[in-house]
Amino acid sequence: MLTDNPFAEISASMSPTVMKTYVVIMILLVAGGTLFDVIHKKSARYFFENWKKSKNRGTQPVGGGRVVGLAIQTLAVDVLASGEFCNARRRVAHLLTMHGFLLYVVTTAIMVFGYPTPAVPTPGIVPFLWHLGALMVCVGGYWFWFFIRADVAAEGNSPLRFMRADLFILSLLASVTLALVWSAVQAGGASWSGAVFGLYAIATAALFGSVPWSKFAHMFFKPAAALHKRVAEADGSMDNLPPPADAPATFGLGIKREAPRHY
Amino acid sequence: MPTFVYMTRCDGCGHCVDICPSDIMHIDKTYRRAVNIEPNMCWECYSCVKACPQHAIDVRGYADFAPLGHSVRVRREEEKGTISWRIKFRDGRQKDFVSPITTKPWGSAIPRLAELPAPSEEQVKSQHLVYEPDALNVEEGLPTIDKSRFKQGVYY
Repeated sequence: MLTDNPFAEISASMSPTVMKTYVVIMILLVAGGTLFDVIHKKSARYFFENWKKSKNRGTQPVGGGRVVGLAIQTLAVDVLASGEFCNARRRVAHLLTMHGFLLYVVTTAIMVFGYPTPAVPTPGIVPFLWHLGALMVCVGGYWFWFFIRADVAAEGNSPLRFMRADLFILSLLASVTLALVWSAVQAGGASWSGAVFGLYAIATAALFGSVPWSKFAHMFFKPAAALHKRVAEADGSMDNLPPPADAPATFGLGIKREAPRHY
Repeated sequence: MPTFVYMTRCDGCGHCVDICPSDIMHIDKTYRRAVNIEPNMCWECYSCVKACPQHAIDVRGYADFAPLGHSVRVRREEEKGTISWRIKFRDGRQKDFVSPITTKPWGSAIPRLAELPAPSEEQVKSQHLVYEPDALNVEEGLPTIDKSRFKQGVYY
């Protein structure tokens, strides 16, 4: 099952052209939804105005080459290694979910466009990585959902309360869970695997279609904010913060010695 | 002016929620970032500003003591025992201060406000407290939560 291309197997009943069109529509929904989100929330305007204000406050010029270097650092540390997370559990869960999702999406595109039918044999590594990516999202996502997310239950709300803020994580979990279920059910030869595939398509459409109303766009504005923070440190403005004090660290961690949980 | 959170910097850790003496820093249920839910009740004590590890919280000064176009930012480094301030004015002047967090022995002289006596009848009727508690609108204006619904370890 892990090395079988589920999209090739369903190509007997579902035209590869339809699947390819669906993937293209999902890509357009993400691009269009993100653009709408950025324009509607004015986040790009805020980012550029903030960048300009920061540059004016800077005490040292930062050349184009240095900015490129900082961008590479941002990509390597803050994006690929989720370096902005101080909480280790959150960081690991985010790494699992993020890299799993990237693996899952890329291998989906490879299988749908590169190996759409059984006539072209799929190298076993591609579906294996697809299943692995989906599993990583499940592990990271369910761990986050049940144990890590902002503890709204502390304010007397039910942990099973669903609201718009949960749209992204729930549609993501539904999509990857149904993907794995569909793959397993189809490999077992069940007649109702088509119905599971239909649910999978609906969950995936909900995930990519709800970009303007969900957290999806954070994958663009968080790296932008991280880059701005690095540039602000490099040019001396540091967002008007005073520099770290020149004193030895001889006292204990103080309030940071325990994670906040009394709320 | 009360505290506000830069949502691009906040990672929803909850240090500000833990430390706010007015219990008005909460985690926004939609964006999962910190938010000041009742600016009217903000003491502007700077506890959340100092506690935030991402420096994501700022306070706007009232114009009667902080001139327009100013910026006041603070960095509290407990490991070093220092608190640093940078104050910028709109004419470009900048003042930097670095002080010890406390000159008393650590763990001593911690104020215990809950143990102080309540204001006397005379004090309540004086000029300073004449409109309290009615003007605070605590009975009708603020939401109430049944404390029995809180999980173990939460204290409000």
